[in-house]
Amino acid sequence: MNVILNVFTVLAISAGAFFFLAGTVGLLRFPDTLTRLHALTKADNLGLGLIILGLLPLTSGPIQAMKLIGVWLLVQLSGAIVMQLIAQAIRRGGLRE
Amino acid sequence: MTSFLVGIAGFVLGTAIFGLFGIFLRPGGTDRLMAAQLIGTDSIAILLLLSVATEIPPIVDVALMLALLAAFAAVAFIKSATSGANISDAEEPRGG
Repeated sequence: MNVILNVFTVLAISAGAFFFLAGTVGLLRFPDTLTRLHALTKADNLGLGLIILGLLPLTSGPIQAMKLIGVWLLVQLSGAIVMQLIAQAIRRGGLRE
Repeated sequence: MTSFLVGIAGFVLGTAIFGLFGIFLRPGGTDRLMAAQLIGTDSIAILLLLSVATEIPPIVDVALMLALLAAFAAVAFIKSATSGANISDAEEPRGG
């Protein structure tokens, strides 16, 4: 059981690190501001989500695990709102490119 | 497992450094804000990894504080960068 959990942790955290790399590369290489925003949200949601999912079996207790999930949910909420605000401002032409 | 977690934290730190490089490359304010948001998420992930690796649970609270600050920074930037007409336009109540 312990080995299975360890394999799960390594897989999930590696996948999360890959999504962080993908988000950074997308932010540097994509041609358009809106596509760069798209790459950024991948790193925010999938990368952090997979890393927290992988960390859950290693936490000391259920309270600590709930706290990690709370961090994830709060980052999702604020990330979604902020990215919508940025995209809306870009569409209205309010932000300088 | 501890060395694996610290290694992944170092890897994410490397991507954050690339994000900083992106701030230098792009002259526009929007891209710099997006790079700052990415670095905020990077630092949250690094802190969570280090919290579990070193078994110091209060580091999670620091990560929560960074999440809060990143969201406030973005909202403040959008409020200051959009002109007054756009802001009043955005806050217009929608019919229906």
